[in-house]
Amino acid sequence: MWSGTPLFPESASTMASRVDALYFFLLAISVFFSLLIAGLIVFYAVKYRRRAADSVGSEIKGGLVLELTWTIVPLLITMVIFVWGASVFFAMARPPDETINIYVVGKQWMWKFQHLDGQREINELHVPVGRPVKLIMTSEDVIHDVFVPAFRIKADVVPGRYTHLWFQSTKPGRYRLFCAEYCGTKHSGMIGQVVVMDPSEYQTWLSGGAAEGSLASAGAKLFQDLACNTCHRPDAQGRGPVLEGLFGKTVTLQNGETLSVDEAYVRESILQPAAKIASGFQPIMPTFQGLVTEEQLLELIEYVKSLHELPQVQPR
Amino acid sequence: MATVILPPRHYLNDGYGITSWLLTRDHKRIALLYLAAVTFFFFVGGAFAVLIRVELATPAGDLVSDETYNKLFTMHGVMMVFFFLVPVIPAVLGNFLVPIMIGAKDLAFPKLNLASWYIYIIGGLFTLYALVTGGVDTGWTFYAPFSTVASTTKVIPTALGIFITGFSSILTGLNFIVTIHRMRAPGMTWFRMPLFLWSTYATSLIMVLGTPVLAITILLVAVERIFRFGFFDPTLGGDPVLFQHLFWFYSHPAVYIMVLPAMGVVSELVAAFCRKPVFGYSFVAFASVGIAVLGFLVWGHHMFVAGESVYAALVFSILSFLVAIPSAVKVFNWTATMYKGAISWDTPMLYAIGFIGLFTIGGLTGLFLAAVGLDVHVTDTYFIIAHFHYIMVGGTIMGYLGGLHYWWPKISGRLYNEMLARISAGIIFIGFNLTFFPQFILGYLGMPRRYHAYPPDFQVLNVLSSAGASILGVGYLIPMIYLMWSLRYGRLAGANPWGAVGLEWTTTSPPPTENFTETPVVTWEAYDYGAPVEGHVA
Amino acid sequence: MLPEAAHHAHHPALAHQFDSLGQQKEAATLGMWVFLLTEVLFFGGMFLTYAIYRAWYPEAFAAASHELDVTLGTINTVVLITSSLTMALAVHAAQLGQRKLVLWFLVATMVLGAAFLGIKSVEYYHKFEEHHVPGPGFQFEREYFRHAQLFFSLYFIMTGLHALHMVIGIGIMLVMFWWTWRGTITRDYYSPIEISGLYWHFVDIVWIFLFPLLYLIGRHGS
Repeated sequence: MWSGTPLFPESASTMASRVDALYFFLLAISVFFSLLIAGLIVFYAVKYRRRAADSVGSEIKGGLVLELTWTIVPLLITMVIFVWGASVFFAMARPPDETINIYVVGKQWMWKFQHLDGQREINELHVPVGRPVKLIMTSEDVIHDVFVPAFRIKADVVPGRYTHLWFQSTKPGRYRLFCAEYCGTKHSGMIGQVVVMDPSEYQTWLSGGAAEGSLASAGAKLFQDLACNTCHRPDAQGRGPVLEGLFGKTVTLQNGETLSVDEAYVRESILQPAAKIASGFQPIMPTFQGLVTEEQLLELIEYVKSLHELPQVQPR
Repeated sequence: MATVILPPRHYLNDGYGITSWLLTRDHKRIALLYLAAVTFFFFVGGAFAVLIRVELATPAGDLVSDETYNKLFTMHGVMMVFFFLVPVIPAVLGNFLVPIMIGAKDLAFPKLNLASWYIYIIGGLFTLYALVTGGVDTGWTFYAPFSTVASTTKVIPTALGIFITGFSSILTGLNFIVTIHRMRAPGMTWFRMPLFLWSTYATSLIMVLGTPVLAITILLVAVERIFRFGFFDPTLGGDPVLFQHLFWFYSHPAVYIMVLPAMGVVSELVAAFCRKPVFGYSFVAFASVGIAVLGFLVWGHHMFVAGESVYAALVFSILSFLVAIPSAVKVFNWTATMYKGAISWDTPMLYAIGFIGLFTIGGLTGLFLAAVGLDVHVTDTYFIIAHFHYIMVGGTIMGYLGGLHYWWPKISGRLYNEMLARISAGIIFIGFNLTFFPQFILGYLGMPRRYHAYPPDFQVLNVLSSAGASILGVGYLIPMIYLMWSLRYGRLAGANPWGAVGLEWTTTSPPPTENFTETPVVTWEAYDYGAPVEGHVA
Repeated sequence: MLPEAAHHAHHPALAHQFDSLGQQKEAATLGMWVFLLTEVLFFGGMFLTYAIYRAWYPEAFAAASHELDVTLGTINTVVLITSSLTMALAVHAAQLGQRKLVLWFLVATMVLGAAFLGIKSVEYYHKFEEHHVPGPGFQFEREYFRHAQLFFSLYFIMTGLHALHMVIGIGIMLVMFWWTWRGTITRDYYSPIEISGLYWHFVDIVWIFLFPLLYLIGRHGS
């Protein structure tokens, strides 16, 4: 009966050992203090058991040294834990610069994974071992959560915005992916698998797949179909900003604020164009709310990302 | 020794008939009205827990449908949090004891106290209505947009029920604050008050400041469902994470509403059954208030993976560590109180010792959760469930049972069967640990919470947990039986069966309606077991 | 027994749990202040929600706010401030034992409160006619549609809850009128009027915050 009953999860990512080390440290502290307190109270309960019906205890009111000691020592210990936990968290919150980006759309009650070159997966995510992977995630309906215990990572998947997490797997295998934010009837059925493959197998898998073309090429087609190119022209003659080379740059808005052009800003500009108007442009862009799906938004975002700055044409 | 007799006139026989109870202004009778009501809700919530654990004994979702299961854990949470844990110690023990402990005839606002009970009942009826007409499946946390848009169950009546019951909490807290400020007997300075009153005061501060935010939040959920406004709906311009901030702004301090009163009880029990003052009285008193204040600053630790910024997460993390310190200080002080005490192993003391041990474990696992990098892995798993049940059940409920047993002779005039009581305490302790310890392991393994079915390799730990739950259930039923039995057949207790120090032990058991024949004048320190003082039995 | 208690022992208004009228008054006053503190937290949650969405969608909120009737809002503000004046005068008269004056000032306060509610109803009706009530019938310029609807949702909830508190306040004043009429309120025992006044002033202050936040966005010139 006991075989096949794990008591500790597999470790399959670079973060796992860091999280586990912190866990064991906390475990040691907890065992120590639990045994200390439990031991003392049982010991005292026995040693100072009331002998006569009317005996009273010693009138000890307190001791400042003791109070300060058991305030300051726990404070120091907790600060150590805080710093350690914070450093692990920083590593989790900051993906490396070069990551394989994969889009995730959660919906009741399934996961849709979209690789940049067009591969679409449902509930299964293929990734290569030893390379950092960043998941950029949104939900179509309610809040979900991507949780891969073997990687020790988790992040909520929220409708109306993008959240992300990153991981680098350390050994090939199949690892469970759970939805970890209650999302309705089949919440416990919203389970997937991360399939970590050797690099060569991964290449084989990649090329065997999607015939539909990359996300960016789908986005290019959509850009034309929705007539975005009427106003957003590379020759700056259109009524909208030039998108070539725009992604990742800092822009100034009408009200003087600046922001960085990221996935969220592109998404917002498509759905609520009046929210943040670039300086020097009129608020005339119509909204596409209700006219594009989450997946189409991802395609358009990838297309905009793919538009490189055009070389300046020098006037003669 | 003189034969113990019941006082001829006391609060229980001061008027018979249903109206003398339902229209009472006497805080002691109101406490018993609450006792009946919270016990009812405890067993309703407990029944759901039993069904949950039976379902989880097997990996497949085969006992109930997934929809039903989702309603079971939701209703278990709603009943237990809002209708049992939040009110139980303040409204039962607090209502009974606060006036007596400070030497007053009643609370500041007796009619408001009765109104609080009726408000609680009405809120409970709304929620029961939701329960019997189909139930609600949002989880007790009502996260948007699932609760506002996607759920097809009885969210509105449940939300309204919680909204209404919140006012019961607010008014109880208000009553306690005014009573403690303005109605202490002559000589009863703040630092001569029993520590139960300090805890009650700190709890009341949280009730009064935090509950209104829950009220507006849950009202907005109901309004959003009824009128399709978009406060938390991204398709209408709202933000679902805003709901979480508003919700947890109350619901984190709420857990201190649940545990602080139990800590107050434990202070009383340890002092009484060691027959010495609580070590470091003023440190324990200030720790209570410190927990209440710091408790308002940590709500974001429920949202480390919800999309809050890295810097916000770090601020909430460090504050969460800070709020652990006063709790640790209390545990050390209670332990030190036992040193050179004259310790009796009566049932209340067994519960107090159980509380100290289990709360320590629960609190230490809180440190795991405050460490952000570790919380990312264990949040939303069974680790969290184990953590809060160690505090709520291993802590609050044990504290409550300890207090109930300690003050039962004062409340009823009778003694219960000590042997049965000790056996029950032992059964509860064993059942509790067997239920919830395996859940720490399950959580780290990665079993998410609110799962109706789970992967088969998690089964063994789940079976252990379910076995423990059945033992725990039995453990809770036995006190019902012997406590009720004692009302009629228990030995008479007399004014001070425990030989404890405190104003409540200077009056008869049961006390007269006006608590004291004369307003006491207090000239002694709290827990003054050393000096023989006129008016209390050493 | 304590001497103070002996002096007031038989005052008809002294509740049994208190030793003296002084203690009873202090307790009642503290109780009302604590209650008002809870109300601050209650309205505070809504104000916070409003502040966040206002910061995120300033143009839409300004456009929606422009559709509110500043004239009626200003009149209402004056009405409410005046009612706080009459309330304060009622308390003052009660302190001096001037029963008739108390009655008149209470009536004035109630009338002004009712006027406030009447003007509010007119505003609500206008909003209904202009299709600014959130829900299926809501209409607004396309560019700001969603967030204007959010503004109006907040407008109705906040002013609606405020109006509910006003209604309750008028109810409390009716009770105070009745108690004063039948002689319960005297120079020795007027704290019910005082703490009712505290409540009334609080509801007034909430409006003082609501009015500029809701009505006066972007009206500073441009």
